[in-house]
Amino acid sequence: MKKSNNMKALNFFKENMGIIIALLVLAIFLTVFPATSSSFPTTKNVFNVLRQISTNMLLACGMTMVIILGGIDLSVGSVIALSGVFAAGCVSRYGMNIYLAMIIGVLIGLIIGAFNGFVISRTTIPPFIVTLATMNIARGLSGVYTGGSPVRVVSKEWQWIGAGYVGIFPVPVIIMIILFIISVLIMNRTKIGRYIYAVGGNTLAAKFSGISVSKVKFMVYTYSGLMAGLAGVILASRMYSGQPTAGDGAEMDAIAAVVVGGTSMSGGYGKLGGTLVGALIIGILSNGLNLMNVNSFWQTVVKGIVILLAVFIDYIRNLKKSK
Amino acid sequence: MADNILLRMKNISKSFPGVKALDKVNFELKAGEVHALLGENGAGKSTLIKVLGGIYSLDEGEIEIEGKKVSIESVHDASKNNIAIIHQELVLVPYMSVAENIYLGRESGKGFSVNISKMEKDAGKILDDLGMDIDSRELVMNLPIAKQQMVEITKAVSVNAKILVMDEPTSSISDREVENLFKIMRDLTKKGVGIIYISHKMSELEEICDRVSVMRDGEYVGTKVVKETDKDELISMMVGRTLTNYYVRDFMPTKDVVLKVENLKDGDKVKNVSFELRKGEIIGFAGLVGAGRSEAMQAIFGLSKDVVGDIYIEGKKVGIKNPKDAIKNGLALVPESRKEQGLYLLQDIKYNTTIEVLDEFIKNLNVNSKKETEITQKYIDMMATKTPSQEQVIGNLSGGNQQKVMIGRWLATNPKILILDEPTRGIDVGAKSEIYKIMNELVKNGVSIIMISSELPEIINMSDRVYVMAAGMIRGCIDHKEISQESIMALAAI
Repeated sequence: MKKSNNMKALNFFKENMGIIIALLVLAIFLTVFPATSSSFPTTKNVFNVLRQISTNMLLACGMTMVIILGGIDLSVGSVIALSGVFAAGCVSRYGMNIYLAMIIGVLIGLIIGAFNGFVISRTTIPPFIVTLATMNIARGLSGVYTGGSPVRVVSKEWQWIGAGYVGIFPVPVIIMIILFIISVLIMNRTKIGRYIYAVGGNTLAAKFSGISVSKVKFMVYTYSGLMAGLAGVILASRMYSGQPTAGDGAEMDAIAAVVVGGTSMSGGYGKLGGTLVGALIIGILSNGLNLMNVNSFWQTVVKGIVILLAVFIDYIRNLKKSK
Repeated sequence: MADNILLRMKNISKSFPGVKALDKVNFELKAGEVHALLGENGAGKSTLIKVLGGIYSLDEGEIEIEGKKVSIESVHDASKNNIAIIHQELVLVPYMSVAENIYLGRESGKGFSVNISKMEKDAGKILDDLGMDIDSRELVMNLPIAKQQMVEITKAVSVNAKILVMDEPTSSISDREVENLFKIMRDLTKKGVGIIYISHKMSELEEICDRVSVMRDGEYVGTKVVKETDKDELISMMVGRTLTNYYVRDFMPTKDVVLKVENLKDGDKVKNVSFELRKGEIIGFAGLVGAGRSEAMQAIFGLSKDVVGDIYIEGKKVGIKNPKDAIKNGLALVPESRKEQGLYLLQDIKYNTTIEVLDEFIKNLNVNSKKETEITQKYIDMMATKTPSQEQVIGNLSGGNQQKVMIGRWLATNPKILILDEPTRGIDVGAKSEIYKIMNELVKNGVSIIMISSELPEIINMSDRVYVMAAGMIRGCIDHKEISQESIMALAAI
């Protein structure tokens, strides 16, 4: 009995090697940065980092599911802009109730996600192409709607969701944690979660299993759009305005978090916990480098190296497995 | 016809993990003859051809061409020795023209330039000479399958091969084109080319072949002159193995019809298929590859869109639009190809066993892990699956154990009707006999089984009745007492 427990522990370590190594790297950073900057490890800064990664983490939750499904969603960055400007516009241009406007912003994300899902599940057009198209459409529409300049909203209420606090906890961090937990529940404790792994791992087998492949695909892309809509509203709230350039390249940060977290780009395998660690690594790195006054161009270089390293560790691990 | 030996393959052996695909096979081809290679599915014909074509390297044995020993390690070596192979599957580039395909890899032109007009002219001339009505500038993707096959043949002819291998070249072309193909073959043999001809169609042998060699279970059985033999002799050479005794089967015939299928149609793959399955019965579906057996079962299981026909389960007419409906009606289908159609290779045994029965332990955001483990363990025990743990990733198991997990997955749904498509393909003898035992237990407990198999011994020993299919149709039904390899092959061969 004891032996099998040891085996289980060993297997757990083997399975989660990428995450464990990532946590070790994090721990090292947490001990190195304080030496160079006094503000790094404070509670305030911890929440600061969490708030900075909150929008990326929302996107990354949806993106993890999409990638496990064997797809990709490039549209989420542009959806941030479109849902942000539209929610802001509803308040400042049409004088709508702030919460209603925010709900409309989130719904815009959901609609674009549903559109992606509809096309991808009904045709054989690659997800890359479909979401590349909606990425451009959404970005373009944000510019058309705003004429290129931010849509301002002056209201305390408006700012609460993006910049407010409950006690010492920033609101976007709370939202991120809640949605992370919901996403984990979906993946681990529902049938649809298992079906996502099935479709991504072997679509033909999923069909033979009687799984409605198109329904699963539709739901996952819709969920990803919903998360992007929510992220857009939060960002617009924090910036007191909907900006047509918001979320530029955000889809790539989300993909980076997913990949650093050990999810397979070819689908069928991955964990949301890994994505959280991935988002944390990227967030803490850029925060730490910021505090060290490293210029932003070098920060981008470091981000690239981290992605390569993470994938390389995975590659080595798989190489050993296949022997 | 000169008696000079063009090709001699001596004591060729080739093993794959767990299977001896070729065991000391001998084969001889004379210049100017058409030599048929005959055998059941899995007899080793294709492996032998792939050794000759440099796709597989041989473990033991020698290949001589015109008396000289040669070593064929790659496709390149094969073409250097003037060997051309027309494979059963088409290997043309759809987005290229006919001419470009014919000269692929040996384009006309100097340096990096390609002289397309010259290629088109040359290809056009060859096509004309062969009497083929194909424009060399047409894109291959615009041609019907039959014409693509003719392009493939033209390509092989155009390299001026001395040894030409044709693997079922007539499987997808019309009678008129077959006539033309035979004419081309006769012209080639007059020039001294030796042709190895693989076909399941006995009638073609008499028409075009001079000699025939038979293979069985990876072994060479013998060679006959076509004029001095007949269909019956060849069939008994193909199937004449002694049967092993690991089949377990208690026959207890019943009268209740569990499944009745009437006039099932699916495009041109399944034509007017009707049959009956009784409670506690195993019915076998025999036939050659491509006879439409798997397609018929997939149509019943709701995996195809354009299915016409009536399905009755326990006397009631049912509408099955998708696999979900099929499962609800007590059907289960273990597909032919485990890896492509069945397994989630990155996931563990637990996941792979329970994917059809998630309702039993996932409710209201709660996973009852104890129940999940119980279900998994039940089918590991029932199937005697060998594994260190339930968390073992299924991709790391042997083929036999993977198949046991697949069958367990579908047994977990408590099916009334279990369809097994090639249940023992590519698995070892021990696992095979265990699967037979389980099948016998299942029918004793009232489950009814449909088994598609290309292994005649297992069809013969396990089935109450055998339906034989060919070209999408049921050619006949043979009762248990009359089942023999000869009776099946007589119906399966076209």
